Amino acid sequence: MTAPFKGYLRADGRKGIRNVVAVAYLVECAHHVARQIVQKSDDMDVHLIGFPGCYPNDYAFKVMSAVTTHPNVGGVLLISLGCESFNRERLKSAIEASGRPCEVLVIQNSGGTLSTIQKGREAVERLKAIAAETPVVDMDVSELVIGTICGGSDGTSGITANPAVGRAFDWFGAQGAACVFEETGELVGCETIMASRAITPELGAALEACVQKAEAYYTVMGYGSFAPGNAEGGLTTQEEKSMGAYSKSGAAPICGILQPGDIPPTGGLYLLDVVPDGEPRFGFPNISDNAEIVELIACGSHVTLFTTGRGSVVGSAISPVIKVCANPDTYRKLSEDMDIDAGKIMEGRATLDAVGQEIIDSVLATAAGQRTKSEAMGHQEFILTYKAFDPLGPACLPLKRA
Amino acid sequence: MPEALILLHPTDNVLVCRETIAPGTVATIDGEAVTITQPIEVGHKVARVDLRPGDKILKYGAPIGSMTKDTPRGGHVHMHNMQSDYIPSHTRNASGGAA
Repeated sequence: MTAPFKGYLRADGRKGIRNVVAVAYLVECAHHVARQIVQKSDDMDVHLIGFPGCYPNDYAFKVMSAVTTHPNVGGVLLISLGCESFNRERLKSAIEASGRPCEVLVIQNSGGTLSTIQKGREAVERLKAIAAETPVVDMDVSELVIGTICGGSDGTSGITANPAVGRAFDWFGAQGAACVFEETGELVGCETIMASRAITPELGAALEACVQKAEAYYTVMGYGSFAPGNAEGGLTTQEEKSMGAYSKSGAAPICGILQPGDIPPTGGLYLLDVVPDGEPRFGFPNISDNAEIVELIACGSHVTLFTTGRGSVVGSAISPVIKVCANPDTYRKLSEDMDIDAGKIMEGRATLDAVGQEIIDSVLATAAGQRTKSEAMGHQEFILTYKAFDPLGPACLPLKRA
Repeated sequence: MPEALILLHPTDNVLVCRETIAPGTVATIDGEAVTITQPIEVGHKVARVDLRPGDKILKYGAPIGSMTKDTPRGGHVHMHNMQSDYIPSHTRNASGGAA
């Protein structure tokens, strides 16, 4: 029913909807140099990403590997200071093993700030030239991975934008696309309802355990996944916010649980568990919305559907973000940042199904190359911090072939 | 024109405000005229029935917390009179020094 669009065919067989050259700093000390390389490249498809920490972390390595081998990425430049813990050689090997070109510049061996910036700009031009040779092929809806997140939620989110995304998720999942929802801290209170949608009883139990872990973790942090603006927008409790957030997942059966950096093994609906395992060690699970978007992208999301009531303006590096505005007043105030006006449902000017269809159309147009609002304005936020996860249990991915 | 207050699920004991309500506005709750005495903003909740401390609040047909104070039908239901059964909510006063 939908004409296929074109995608960039990577050597590893995955298909992307953008052809981005990523410049990644591997410690905060290399951030300025990497940013200068990106800014001086003056190309909206050269993106800055990075990890600020100097200490090693398996999660950060996994996410950085997943993001730099994302189907939207056609080449990678790594900027290292030289003495940090990040294993740049292993990351380079992983990127090259995926068939993508990768260059590394170590500032301490490259003559310093200005010299590295100059060498980096030349490297970006070489990488762009290689990426430009990527074959462009037909791509089907079923080959998409779509993530969803809510940010700046209010009392309208759970009535308009979130269930409208749920409608779109149901459609994409039925076409064979993989759909990923997340933030288990914003599912506190919904665990029993959610577990009843699991494709196996064991997965249902694992879904409940995920949310219980999130509740325990946030209790130690002293704050739920709840911001002052949520309350100003009419949300009173965590579980009220959760019920609204949960409706983004639609009504389809839940096929499995992913951790950041895991690629969905099939189409259908997946929950991304973003809350670390074990004793809380590194602070809040995700310090702000963009950390979650990065995790969705690490799971292969080509596009992220971002619902907002109060009015977020962010986008992301690597994959475009489609902003679905829940609140009609917010839409009027921030229309330049919003791709879709779901608030009209609140005013009786559209139905959930109609806005759900608008979201579907917007995803397909974005996949076909149309820039989203945040993308066109140059929003390329990226946050990656420390976490620790235990390996997923066998109940989490019933559809994964051995 | 739709009503200012909407019912999301038949079992709910709160309604959601669809457009800003000024104090003194007469709204319809379950077919009866009720005068709203407080300003209610879009997305905020209003009591569908008289509520007592300890009452579970249902929205979307699901429990979203409990009342802490008496609130009459038509009253604003929010952080001043209800709380989470899970994790306490915080406001901007949670940090930045004592008031």
